[in-house]
Amino acid sequence: MGTRLNVLMHDMVPKHQIMNDEELRTLLTDYNVAMEQLPKIYHDDPIVKAIEALPGTVIRITRKSHTAGEAEAYRLVVRRPKK
Amino acid sequence: MPSPKRIGKLDFGLLSPKDVRKMSVCKVIWPDTYDDDGFPYSKGLMDPSLGVIDPGLRCRTCGQKSGDCPGHFGHIDLAKPVIHVGYTRLIRKLLRVTCRNCGRLLLEPQEIDKFSALEEDPFSTDVVSEKDIKKERVCPHCADQQMKVNFEKPTTFMEVWTEDGRKVEHKLTPADIRARLERVPDDDLRILGIDATVARPEWTILTVLSVPPVTMRPSIILENGQRSEDDLTHKLVDIIRINQRFKENQDAGAPQLIIEDLWELLQYHVTTYMDNEVAGCPPARHRSGRPLKTLSQRLKGKDGRFRGSLSGKRVNFSARTVISPDPNLSVSELGIPLAIANEMSIPVRVTRENIEELRERILVGPERPTMRDPCGANYAIRPDKRRLRLHGGSGPLDNREMVASMLEVGWTVDRQLRDGDIVLFNRQPSLHRMSIMSHRIKLMGDRTFRLNPAVCPPYNADFDGDEMNMHVPQTEEARAEAFLLASVQENILSPRFGGPIIGGIHDHISGIFLLTHETQWFTKKDALYLLKHANIDFLPKPGKVEDGIAYWSNKQVFSQILPRGLNMVYRATSCKNCPECKNDLCERDAFIRIIDGDLIAGTIDKKSVGAFDGAIMNRIIREQGLGRARQYIDDMTKLSIRSIMFIGFSFGIDDEDLSRTEYGQIRDLLDEAEVDVEKRIRIYNDGQLEPMPGRTAEETLEMQIMQVLGKARDKTGDIAGRHLGLGNSAVVMAVSGARGSMLNLTQMAGCIGQQSVRGERIVRGYEGRTLPHFKKYDQGAGAHGFIRNSYKSGISPTEFFFHAIGGREGLVDTAVRTSQSGYLQRRLINALQDLKVAYDGTVRTTGGRIIQFQFGEDGTDPTKSAFGDPVDVKGIVESVLKEEV
Repeated sequence: MGTRLNVLMHDMVPKHQIMNDEELRTLLTDYNVAMEQLPKIYHDDPIVKAIEALPGTVIRITRKSHTAGEAEAYRLVVRRPKK
Repeated sequence: MPSPKRIGKLDFGLLSPKDVRKMSVCKVIWPDTYDDDGFPYSKGLMDPSLGVIDPGLRCRTCGQKSGDCPGHFGHIDLAKPVIHVGYTRLIRKLLRVTCRNCGRLLLEPQEIDKFSALEEDPFSTDVVSEKDIKKERVCPHCADQQMKVNFEKPTTFMEVWTEDGRKVEHKLTPADIRARLERVPDDDLRILGIDATVARPEWTILTVLSVPPVTMRPSIILENGQRSEDDLTHKLVDIIRINQRFKENQDAGAPQLIIEDLWELLQYHVTTYMDNEVAGCPPARHRSGRPLKTLSQRLKGKDGRFRGSLSGKRVNFSARTVISPDPNLSVSELGIPLAIANEMSIPVRVTRENIEELRERILVGPERPTMRDPCGANYAIRPDKRRLRLHGGSGPLDNREMVASMLEVGWTVDRQLRDGDIVLFNRQPSLHRMSIMSHRIKLMGDRTFRLNPAVCPPYNADFDGDEMNMHVPQTEEARAEAFLLASVQENILSPRFGGPIIGGIHDHISGIFLLTHETQWFTKKDALYLLKHANIDFLPKPGKVEDGIAYWSNKQVFSQILPRGLNMVYRATSCKNCPECKNDLCERDAFIRIIDGDLIAGTIDKKSVGAFDGAIMNRIIREQGLGRARQYIDDMTKLSIRSIMFIGFSFGIDDEDLSRTEYGQIRDLLDEAEVDVEKRIRIYNDGQLEPMPGRTAEETLEMQIMQVLGKARDKTGDIAGRHLGLGNSAVVMAVSGARGSMLNLTQMAGCIGQQSVRGERIVRGYEGRTLPHFKKYDQGAGAHGFIRNSYKSGISPTEFFFHAIGGREGLVDTAVRTSQSGYLQRRLINALQDLKVAYDGTVRTTGGRIIQFQFGEDGTDPTKSAFGDPVDVKGIVESVLKEEV
């Protein structure tokens, strides 16, 4: 048993942050969407476990993009359905 | 139109026997359709209350005419229950997880509580599965010993237990199963994911069978006046007949054995009525031996209801025929045969302004004599939507004069197609949006669609028998959209890579290469001949005057079709990437310099004008727009076709001839290579071969042999290439990028080389050898698929065999690739078809769910960016400095 892989340290994993209520509110009004209409990510995804996000929270993902410089995406954490 | 509604919830349930009876209008008991006089039997399968199919009659149930009456269901009371084949898996699961005595779930009360608790959790979609329940245990509720339930396809269930060490099987009848399922309480079903209010499990065992309306299974009357019934009707006749017999036997108190046989027969007929392709069940057949098309077969598969009738339908106002090339058309035009133009129409509303004009269309009628004549009309439509079909000729049907005199403002006239109308043109498979583009039509003789060969790449069309489809938009709105969004000129740039997809092909590239290569001089007559069809007004000052005769250079001629002010510096396809570039002085004339719309140096070839490359076109689009680019394509294709005709271009068998010296050199070279191979084999056999890292000695030998032979083949190509210069047509095509490569030329003139299967020499065949012509364990070049002959010299029988092996691999690969990528494409399109970019730049589904927060993460249209960059800085700098940077 070596040390557990910290996905946050990996070069190809973009920055993930848990959004606070204030940010979330502006996000939802900016895009005029309900929480359910956001893209999803499963609660047992390695990155979600690494940043300790709970189901129902929204994660901001900041990627480096060749064309856009930085691209932001948002994902709602949901519980993975069994089977 | 009602506003779209959001679906809150969908229930998927079963029809209960009560439901079936409630919607039934007729209990069907008579196993026949029509009597000898052609009247339907009452209580028969064609009972008039089940709906009408004969025109003129009225439905006995709803009183509507054929076409308006949707048909009504009937029912058959089954003598004994039978299993519905579609639910056998559900039945099996339920039999295995519930008690055979009390019907409760085979779980401890606390386990049930655990699952019921999960039910409350909105995030959980958990249900109990077969795996959660241990087999053959005792029921925790009534302490009854459980038995293993075996299922045999298609519809047999058996209980198995061991008695005195022997396995005993007991068949469960549908009635037994139904009784067991009836005992399962609603609350236990909830945990299994079944809502008992809409789907009680015992409803999967049929006690009453619904009879579909006659509109769903119409009988057809054959030419000889005989009625031919639908497959479903045939099957229902079988079911009723057996059902009646069953009932009679039952009432007569027949022995158990006979009852069981009849029961099984009834089960078979009901099973095949639902699905005639169940495993373990011989399909029910028509008298002719053709398997019947029953319920499930109507829905399933490519021609089934979903893929065949709902996702895809047949359309009106469309035409299909063979395509053929016509380089004299513009890329945005489409030549159509008169027969199609006469058949297809566009509706035109009659107004005060156009009534006289349309009257004339009506007077011409449906038969336009020649394509020079003005177009006619096929229908006149009155304001009450009544269509009057126009008849021409001079027979009694001729109604042109009459209709023309009746014509008034407010009518609509279906006018035939004429030059300049906009149509959509399509070739399957429609893999990208450029597979459907709009063209302006041009009437032409003969019976094929004619298109400019330069638009072949987006359609992926050729003229070896391809057929294409044409659609005629019927409203002003549709025509405007087709013209503004789907026209050829709007689709020159492909969103796939942001570059032009329309451009010169084959002869266009050879022609423009021959024209612009090095320096040639043309007299005024010749220059004008070349530019005859190009859209230019005057010739420039002659490049030189000799003996009082003015000459124009080939580069001047080409420059005429370029827009003024175009500045470009780049290298052509024929550039060999020399370490030291000589720029303008390149001996291959591969360094292109265009200054202010004048070609100063360089040869125009695939990189400049070809489809998928088209550097010049790309620049014209960026600087002057798509309209100018279309003009340029038309000029360029016409100039290049004229050039190739003027200069002359042909290819024959003796174009691959080499001289005696070259043949000697090639022979010596191949001999040498084969000796080299023998030498390496000897080293290997002596065990002296040093294996490469990570490889065995055999692998190393194989690699070395492949390498030696590959190099030898390439060298024969060099020898051939030295002999064949730009005077050779194949070389011109390869160098310009029009078609073929130097490798193809090598194989024709020099040596075909090693044939391979999966990248290795051919080793399959007999023990230790590929063919009986060789010695066993011969490792030599010839024995494993090396072909030293060329296509020109002809190949030996063994070589031919190896060539066929290698060729087959290529064919298999393409066949597999196309089917796999086709399926992948279908799945992608099904998943993505309704996504759209919203006004805020997000990509969303129809439900407003966000897929991307910015289209492509950068919100950029690939056709509007310079190969990934927002601005083509290098190109702009170069065009200002007129120098390469």
